[in-house]
Amino acid sequence: MQAQLIRRGRIRRWPPLLLSLALTLGATSSAFAYTAYVTNERDNTVSVVDLDKMQTVKTIQVGQRPRGIVISPDGKFLYICAGDDDIVQIVDTKSQQVVGDLPSGPDPELLALNKTGDLLYLSNENDALVTIIDVKERKALAQIPVGVEPEGMGVSPDGKIVVNTSETTNMAHFIDTDKRDVVANVLVDARPRYAEWKSDGSEVWVSAEVGGTVSVIDPVKHVVTKKITFSVPGLRSEAIQPVGIRFTKDGKLAFVALGPANRVAVVNAQTHEVEKYLLVGQRVWQLAFTPDQKYLISTNGVSNDISVIDVADLKVIKSVQVGSFPWGVAISPE
Amino acid sequence: MISSCRFLPRVSGLALFLFLVMPYPSLVPARAADPAEIRIGYLHLAESKQQPISLLDEPTDDDGIAGARMAVEDNNGTGRFTNQHFSIDDMRLKPSDDAAAAAKSFIDKGILLIVVDLPPGMVLTAADAGRASGATLFDAGSSDDSLREEDCRANVIHTAPTRSMLADALAQYLAWKRWQRWLLVTGSHPQDALYADALKRAAKRFGATIVEERIFKDTGGARRTDTGIVQTQRQMPVFTQNAPAYDVLVAADESNVFAGYLPYRTWDARPVAGSAGLVPTSWDPAHDSWGAVQMQNRFIKLAHRRMKAIDMQAWTAVRMIGEGATRTQSADPAKIIAYIKSPSFEVAAFKGQKLTLRDWNLQLRQPILLSDGRTVVSVSPQEGYLHQTSELDTLGYDRPETKCKLN
Repeated sequence: MQAQLIRRGRIRRWPPLLLSLALTLGATSSAFAYTAYVTNERDNTVSVVDLDKMQTVKTIQVGQRPRGIVISPDGKFLYICAGDDDIVQIVDTKSQQVVGDLPSGPDPELLALNKTGDLLYLSNENDALVTIIDVKERKALAQIPVGVEPEGMGVSPDGKIVVNTSETTNMAHFIDTDKRDVVANVLVDARPRYAEWKSDGSEVWVSAEVGGTVSVIDPVKHVVTKKITFSVPGLRSEAIQPVGIRFTKDGKLAFVALGPANRVAVVNAQTHEVEKYLLVGQRVWQLAFTPDQKYLISTNGVSNDISVIDVADLKVIKSVQVGSFPWGVAISPE
Repeated sequence: MISSCRFLPRVSGLALFLFLVMPYPSLVPARAADPAEIRIGYLHLAESKQQPISLLDEPTDDDGIAGARMAVEDNNGTGRFTNQHFSIDDMRLKPSDDAAAAAKSFIDKGILLIVVDLPPGMVLTAADAGRASGATLFDAGSSDDSLREEDCRANVIHTAPTRSMLADALAQYLAWKRWQRWLLVTGSHPQDALYADALKRAAKRFGATIVEERIFKDTGGARRTDTGIVQTQRQMPVFTQNAPAYDVLVAADESNVFAGYLPYRTWDARPVAGSAGLVPTSWDPAHDSWGAVQMQNRFIKLAHRRMKAIDMQAWTAVRMIGEGATRTQSADPAKIIAYIKSPSFEVAAFKGQKLTLRDWNLQLRQPILLSDGRTVVSVSPQEGYLHQTSELDTLGYDRPETKCKLN
């Protein structure tokens, strides 16, 4: 028996086993909806959010203090930093269970996967190290000393450079992934949390949470070419604390999560001018697009929800309740 | 298969050995010049032998200086990338020693950035002695408002919060709780009276009423007696009885004579705040928000004990110097200080927002933690206390009230 399912005008063939699995797992839901996986730092869980229904459909128990989360390019596995357990857990997205772990080194917080999904880069905050993990072999390949309290991790589109940010040293460290060595350091503002590359590799943006700025870095010359600042009328400047950054695929727009300012800034990625502030939930930290870039999801730690932003309209269209203190978010490729 | 897959056991012995004996080999490219050296002095008193009420609060030999040492490590972490190296010279004084001579001996060694954990009088003596030579002091230990007001100095930067900042932080929270009727109990030492003054000012500013003030006289005696508990249990209820109706007992006891005995022993069933119970402070060993866990872990690794407020105040002072050196790319004390005093200065200190300097009296703006000794109950300023410049300026004396005239 073969079945055909239709979604967004596409016809797909499903092998019988998968179909029966899909039916048993969630017969009531549209089997091809994008799914958002949200780590809840305080609950030790991951909320599974159906983005067609716009609601949380399941909660997965994971390790202690889950924060950074990424999904494999094929959508089969989630990798979750369980910081207080000193491991990265692997969650099978089908069975929605923890199926293993990776040797992360102590206190992993944030991680990044290369494009092919075989190498994982993560920061060990307590030890000022970046660890490179071979995902298939489940083993650590190298540890690279960086500045004090490393956090942000951005892999370049060609996979050759990883940018790591260190929160107390206040630098972006450029790591050559072949040499497994730091090749350049760029000073940015206080407490850099996140690094994101433009898809054409022309710029790296680094957010400074306490400094309140985003530094635009030329990845060839290793210099800050522009500092983006934010200002929201009626809001004290200390409340503006940029963390997560995302670019649209066409490189035209950037979205910056502003922490306790409870807003996501929309920035023209070419002129670096802030165009708009979108009001979301409280203490917004991380962002993720749906693969079609129709929606952008933000995690709002204090209000225990995620906001769904319509990217074309630049409007917040929905908030969805998740667990306690949502931190990171990853979205299934289909 | 949830197994403990830690990294270290998996690395081969040799690799681990190399990693440990050659820290950061690749991060320091061949450089023509040696790192620029930034030397910092640290002046403090010889260890106090005064016994606290709780055994848990016993002073340690490295109070304060341990925080400074950790900041030196943190600064050197950055210095690896900027070719700067930080070090600390530590000098201990007796209360009878001449702080001016101590400051001069640092200056003779070329040390112009000096962190001090000293009583107010000694801070002023050292500051005035160092002024002509361009020395700047970082006051990490004194909460005296007068050092930021009538006795302020252009070469003294304060990382310790003032009594008025601490009192305002507490008063804002008590106002939020609507515990607006205070029974104030003040110790009989001069510093207790100063704290009581700050609390009275805070009560007035944030709408609390002091229903009565009582003085607890220090009659001396040892802290440690084997059956002391029996007497204390009877003494404290008697001392607090027959008070007008009140919501919270606020104690001003910087001398640690009695406040620690008040919780659970008041005549009426009332919470205690101030010098015991709910205590306003710049740091608490239980503070775990805004990345503070990393700070706590690093400190325990270094000092083999938990981090106290004085450690945090000294850490912040040395980190400020580190920020100045990194941002100016200079080891010149004058340039570092000029940066710290400039509007671009800011420092991150695990308080959820940047800390900046009040330009009118060189006091570091900072949120204040309210701790019950086990957890951080709240952090002030409380929501809703607005200010045109910074909400942190709702804590302590603000620009329009200041008596400070720098230079």
